[in-house]
Amino acid sequence: ALKGGSPFQVSAALKEGRVTPTELCQKCLSLIKSTKFLNAYITVAEETALKQAEESEKRYGRGQPLGVLDGIPVAVKDNFNAAGIETTCASKMLKGYISPYNATVVQKLLDQGAVLLGKTNLDEFAMGSGSTDGIFGPVRNPWSYSRQYKEKSVPKSHSQEDEESNWVITGGSSGGSAAAVSSFTCFAALGSDTGGSTRNPAAHCGVVGLKPTYGLISRHGLIPLVNSMDVPGILTRCVDDAAVVLGTLAGHDPKDSTTIQDNFKPFDLPNLTDVSKLSIGIPKEYHAPGLSSEILSLWSKAADLFKNAGAKVIEVSLPHTRYSIVCYHVLCTAEVASNMARFDGLEYGHRSDMNKSTESMYAATRREGFNDVVRGRILSGNYFLLKQNYENYFIKAQKVRRLIANDFVKVFGSGVDILLTPTTLSDAVPYMEFIKEDNRTRSAQDDILTQAANMAGLPAINVPTGLSERGLPVGLQFIGQSFQEKQLLTVAKWFEKQVKFPMIQLEVKRHDHGAFQHQKSASFS
Amino acid sequence: MAAAARGYSGVWRRAWQRAVACNARGGAVLAGKSGLAPWVPVVGLEIHAQISSNSKLFSGSQVQFAAPPNSLVSFFDASLPGTLPSHQNGSSAVVQKLLTGVLNRRCVEAAVMTGLALNCSINKKSLFDRKHYFYADLPAGYQITQQRVPIAVNGSLSYSLCIDNKMSQMVTKTVRIKQIQLEQDSGKSLHDDTRSQTLVDLNRAGVGLMEVVMEPDMCCGEEAAAAVRELQLILQTLGSSQAVMAEGQLRVDANVSVHHPGEHYGVRTEVKNINSIRFLAKAVDYEIERQIEELENGGTILNETRAFDSKLGCTVPMRDKEGKQDYRFMPEPNLPPLILYDAKSLPANMNHQQVVNIDWIHERLPDLPSVKRAKLVEQYGILPEHSFTLLVLAELWKGEGKTPLEIVKEKKLELIQDQKELEQICQAVIDGQENEVMAIKAGNRKVLNKLIGLVQRETQGRSNPVLVKQLLEKKLSE
Repeated sequence: ALKGGSPFQVSAALKEGRVTPTELCQKCLSLIKSTKFLNAYITVAEETALKQAEESEKRYGRGQPLGVLDGIPVAVKDNFNAAGIETTCASKMLKGYISPYNATVVQKLLDQGAVLLGKTNLDEFAMGSGSTDGIFGPVRNPWSYSRQYKEKSVPKSHSQEDEESNWVITGGSSGGSAAAVSSFTCFAALGSDTGGSTRNPAAHCGVVGLKPTYGLISRHGLIPLVNSMDVPGILTRCVDDAAVVLGTLAGHDPKDSTTIQDNFKPFDLPNLTDVSKLSIGIPKEYHAPGLSSEILSLWSKAADLFKNAGAKVIEVSLPHTRYSIVCYHVLCTAEVASNMARFDGLEYGHRSDMNKSTESMYAATRREGFNDVVRGRILSGNYFLLKQNYENYFIKAQKVRRLIANDFVKVFGSGVDILLTPTTLSDAVPYMEFIKEDNRTRSAQDDILTQAANMAGLPAINVPTGLSERGLPVGLQFIGQSFQEKQLLTVAKWFEKQVKFPMIQLEVKRHDHGAFQHQKSASFS
Repeated sequence: MAAAARGYSGVWRRAWQRAVACNARGGAVLAGKSGLAPWVPVVGLEIHAQISSNSKLFSGSQVQFAAPPNSLVSFFDASLPGTLPSHQNGSSAVVQKLLTGVLNRRCVEAAVMTGLALNCSINKKSLFDRKHYFYADLPAGYQITQQRVPIAVNGSLSYSLCIDNKMSQMVTKTVRIKQIQLEQDSGKSLHDDTRSQTLVDLNRAGVGLMEVVMEPDMCCGEEAAAAVRELQLILQTLGSSQAVMAEGQLRVDANVSVHHPGEHYGVRTEVKNINSIRFLAKAVDYEIERQIEELENGGTILNETRAFDSKLGCTVPMRDKEGKQDYRFMPEPNLPPLILYDAKSLPANMNHQQVVNIDWIHERLPDLPSVKRAKLVEQYGILPEHSFTLLVLAELWKGEGKTPLEIVKEKKLELIQDQKELEQICQAVIDGQENEVMAIKAGNRKVLNKLIGLVQRETQGRSNPVLVKQLLEKKLSE
């Protein structure tokens, strides 16, 4: 349980009995039904969620809530194992697979009394930057249905067809979680981040997306993409909430040997008022080709914001940035090829009817179970791992990775505290436009600003900053030093307060009654 | 089949002859077909020893022989998605905190003990890798092993064998130990051809193994067998492995090649499916002979994997191992390097319970078999070969519950009962001793004793001389 701190809104409301956990749960479940067209959820665990809410209510009744998260509805990306619930990774390979255990992060949330509403949609096996390539179909960005977007982008005719074809993507691969948080169906959600998969959809959906330092949060139970880069990601509506969830999840896990041994102490975020001692670095390489002028302008304004408040803002260089995409491609596909080797249809998951021989059964199972994105990465990865290629590709990429990580070490070592960069190259594109390019091209384009932080294992956070000309969210990214989440979040919180990102004005017909009015309380903390 | 059998027995006859020659010279050069250059056989071994521990290498599952199928399988052992290697053996919270929690401490200690006993350098930092291949008994599609930097390297094993016809002349040989690596065992698969199905039992999947790699310093089946026997004794003395081949706790693959003296090593084959030390000697000798024959007939040796067929007594190509496997080795990203300490590097605030201390283990190593034997010889002035026997008695005294018969069988000390086998040996000796046979047939009966002696040597004293005499006489009168 966390120590006091300032009273948290919904959490306080629960404590004071102004709303009960069951009411809160039911409200969220109802809203999930009303927003079904967003396709944010793969599985809604209605029964178990209501049971958890009931238990929470009993605890509040006794005056013994487990902590700030007790009774708070949350959602979890469908690549985390949740016991008794289907975990699909949006793939045919795991359709119908019921996890027999909880991922450590899921267990920790449940231990704090959080109410697990369901599992959210994603790109198949977290491979993608749009949340469009899973077997359950694409996730729709809730902002597609916002007054802000409709006013600016949708043609005057306002016809059904136009609305239908004009919706924009969430970004990915944790699009379902981002959409769930953005549309108020839950107060916090877990995503995963390997190359930007939490920060990217956070930026497009106007929510906070935190990528913690590698090794801070356990990966036990997170179905891996790239073991040496994956982290569980946290999506919330404000920075304070992210800090609360981080406090619950961080810390050594004996089940995950890559978590650090040091004791983690959850922290309250101070309300920073004086930024004069801060040194903000602006890496020039992040002025990447294809960066929209809007975002460039917003980035520039943000830098000025810090400067005018007294912070030291300097241009820095991370010279190996331009190699990171290619390097990532080699290392990611190599680990993917390895991690996906276990999907053979024998012990669990999809098994083909082809049974002429073990080999043919394996081949058919994997062809049927994986989409072409996954298969493509497996083939690439195995190619790079061949004996004759290993030195030239895998080893080379590891060396380049070291150089990329060293870029950050040098810059932080020179006195810079935090880096400020854009998160994405543009605001969210319409789905019809997004699918014109293939997954690999899109990923290479969209990961460019987020991916180096994964290479270096550094913490990074997307903070919603403003709306684009089309009325869609744009976020900016802060990258911090290893295990300095407190400093990172403190600065992010200060920035959040300055920019006052507008609340989404969601226009959705409610499931139970009438038109939906935007909620006043966005955060639980 | 009959033709094949005839062919094999032809190879066998020559194998026995060459083996005789190998022992007689105590060296490594075999005569070629008349007029052709001699051959140097080269034998290396890869030995997998199951570590004697209560739980598996990277999971807390129990280790137990002959448990009901798939009853000792954790989520990690079954490679369920999202599981990671770690070691939670359910011990008390206090002990848990002291253990590394990453991998089974007992397995690490076993490997260190074995490495020290084999005079290896222990790497204070060793790494884990993934070795990829698809097989029904390998749920993850890869094995966690130590390919780049194993836990122990550059050791040696001394073993003794007797040359000459009496067990009176022992010679000590040495084989270099290339490395010892920690790795996971696979599950077991049983092929049910009648129902066209494969049954998979994952109880063994993830059990800790030590792979001991012996350099190609051996020259024949007898040397390979002697080396493995000594290794077995050492492992059992240390307690790091029970090393019983019949229970799959010790598995041996042989790498065999031949070349002419002074030339490069020849193409080697790997021989698998060897289920006893006796079969090891047979398989190696057969394979040496097969390669020599092949090459002398103008053929080539393929770099392939062959299986030993114990019924036919020969090696056959393994169908599903055609083509070279690329294991696509990759560092295991979920495991940090394995760090060991010694007295010098041990941090001040840690004791031996919290880390693995090589020196602490070294100080507590028991007397190895070679040391025990040497002590017996010195103290009691007995012959070295008798010290081998006494060790058996010593094991009996330990009261492990093994009967003398079991020990004798294990250590291969019993008389050969198989009449056919004896006949084969007798025939081989006869075939190889033309002059002596002529002398006997001419009336010089004393020479028969020489033949008996040769048979005795061939069987390492395990044949009944009376029976041998009878067999020889019968054959000579035909």
